[in-house]
Amino acid sequence: MTRIFVPRDVAALAVGADDVAEALVGHADLVRTGSRGLFWLEPMIEVETPEGRIAYGPVEASDIPALLADGLLTGSAQHLRLGIPEHIPFLARQTRLTFARCGIVDPLSLADYRAHGGFEGLEKARALGPVETVATVLASGLRGRGGAGFPTGIKWKTVAEAKGARKFIVCNADEGDSGTFADRMLLEGDPFSLIEGMVIAALAVGASKGYVYTRSEYPHGIATFDKALGIARAAGILNADFDIEQRVGAGAYVCGEETSLLESLEGRRGQVRAKPPLPAHKGLFGCPTVINNLVTLATVPCILRDGAAAYQAIGMGRSRGTMPIQLAGNIRHGGLFEAGFGVTLDELVNDIGGGTLSGEPIRAVQVGGPLGAYFPPALFDTPFDYEAFAAKDGLIGHGGVVVFDGTVDMARQARFAMEFCTVESCGKCTPCRIGSVRGVETVDKILAGQNIDANLELLRDLCHTMKFGSLCALGGFIPYPVLSAMNYFPEDFRPAQRLAVE
Amino acid sequence: MANYEPWSEDRAREVIADHVNTEGAALPLLHALQAAFGCVPLAAEPLVASALNISRAEVHGIVSFYHEFRRTVPGRHVLRVCRAEACQAVGADAVGAHVRSALAVDWHETSADGAVTLEPVFCLGLCATGPSALLDGKPVGRLSPAKVDRMLETLS
Ligand SMILES: Cc1cc2nc3c(=O)[nH]c(=O)nc-3n(C[C@H](O)[C@H](O)[C@H](O)COP(=O)(O)O)c2cc1C
Ligand code: FES
Repeated sequence: MTRIFVPRDVAALAVGADDVAEALVGHADLVRTGSRGLFWLEPMIEVETPEGRIAYGPVEASDIPALLADGLLTGSAQHLRLGIPEHIPFLARQTRLTFARCGIVDPLSLADYRAHGGFEGLEKARALGPVETVATVLASGLRGRGGAGFPTGIKWKTVAEAKGARKFIVCNADEGDSGTFADRMLLEGDPFSLIEGMVIAALAVGASKGYVYTRSEYPHGIATFDKALGIARAAGILNADFDIEQRVGAGAYVCGEETSLLESLEGRRGQVRAKPPLPAHKGLFGCPTVINNLVTLATVPCILRDGAAAYQAIGMGRSRGTMPIQLAGNIRHGGLFEAGFGVTLDELVNDIGGGTLSGEPIRAVQVGGPLGAYFPPALFDTPFDYEAFAAKDGLIGHGGVVVFDGTVDMARQARFAMEFCTVESCGKCTPCRIGSVRGVETVDKILAGQNIDANLELLRDLCHTMKFGSLCALGGFIPYPVLSAMNYFPEDFRPAQRLAVE
Repeated sequence: MANYEPWSEDRAREVIADHVNTEGAALPLLHALQAAFGCVPLAAEPLVASALNISRAEVHGIVSFYHEFRRTVPGRHVLRVCRAEACQAVGADAVGAHVRSALAVDWHETSADGAVTLEPVFCLGLCATGPSALLDGKPVGRLSPAKVDRMLETLS
């Protein structure tokens, strides 16, 4: 029977992929895959033909009978036909390294994984030995994809050289930023890449146990990854020397912060720890610990496989390699776009993303999650690069890009940022815990038209205090969305005047 | 729709015993209790405290820190609606307001007929097809007030 690939990524399920699969039962051999990440085309199914895979989408279950009658199984049906997936411009323009297999392979097939270059990185690492493996990661220029952009090789070297009774590899799969789903897509679509990355990390630093801390909002990813762990154990890839356990979070955003995550893993409230000591010296249970984002770890295998130079050759400035950028919110072509650093915001949201879903002009884009700045179109020439965003008081964070049209009220977004911080603050430091409450109150006064100038001044002052006085980047970075909203969209903070003008 | 066991101290002790020997056992253990009973009732706190050899105050501190742990059994269905930025950009505020008025509840509350508990969530990783929600763990995308109504009609 002809093979048809139907995604089981939760974003495809949300728009009916299971019904499509059901309608195909008995007509084709179904392979459930992750998603290619072209979410506006989901459910996007692919038919295996002698000429390669032919994609169709967005397909509804009710389309299937007609498609079958028109020659779906030979790829000749024309309705909803997208052609060869790699030729779809959104995919053709990408450089897929970390996401090379996602949406293509059966996520739980080790044979598929091997057939698509899996475990070649691990073999290379075994041949190179720990010191050279760390040197390769360092030379690749890979920086943490969780937000802070710290060089991964330096972190690994620190842990490799640290002394401890035990050492740990911890994967941060808490992915709390709105507008991001890269970790989730890999958990569901290519879980062995994370396992391989963690095994390499363990070999490089001498760790005996790994933990993956996954957010509870990802029940499908959690289930798939647990199955992948079982398969890897049965195949001896995980064994007595190094095993991995998945732990599930419980809805606290701050637990994505690395020290809070470690507290949570240890079974406590997720309160941020003061640094130093760094987790690399005293991390989980007081032992030297590598803690990396999921994308960081899942990128390591292809760096080892293809060599540091190949990875390092991509990118701009000090941002080397590729970044899985996630286009979200009010956008026509939302999805995962992995590309070398340097692509501009304008290319991302207008060219590749196709502008807003509503068809209205873009008014603002928030990059980097709830702690990221809102950029107006005037800043869309900013290239995707850690330093370029920092220079404009922004951050790329985990690579989420959230698009808003003219219906957005930026004073409300500023209020939301402060409110989010009141709910999510771990409570350990005062600027974050109390400052955010005062922030909400102050924005409310502005929205009510009370002493607007004085309150704007106060809000700015408060942001300054939070930025420099908070223990971690939750309170420290919440000022970015607030200040950028005030700076670039001042008219939204003067509702009375705005009404008068209208 | 989930089927929860009625609260039983003996059963709770069994659940706790299954997890108490893992390192950093608190979260796995609390998740297991919530999976069994639908919530982590106050009555569970002293049992957890003695199993983990920490004070009851500490257990209370842990349970109350994490937004996900409920203190009472939820309705027959749990609807978790995303309130984060990417969903806001495509109308999540209106969807949230509509769900609340349709069920006549606020966030974290259960409708009077016990059918639906409404919980806010900050991102489900479905940010390109929002507004998003999980209904009894099943994902729903591109929510609108009309789609909410159709969805709620199917629930009993
Ligand atoms: C409030 C807060 C939330 C964070 N959330 C996450 C997260 O969800 N996932 C993540 O990988 N890093 C998150 N981080 C960054 C981590 O603290 C840490 O820098 C990262 O896990 C290190 O891995 P990397 O070097 O591979 O990026 C967060 C930081 C802060 C301050
Ligand atoms: S922001 Fe709603 S699912 Fe991500």
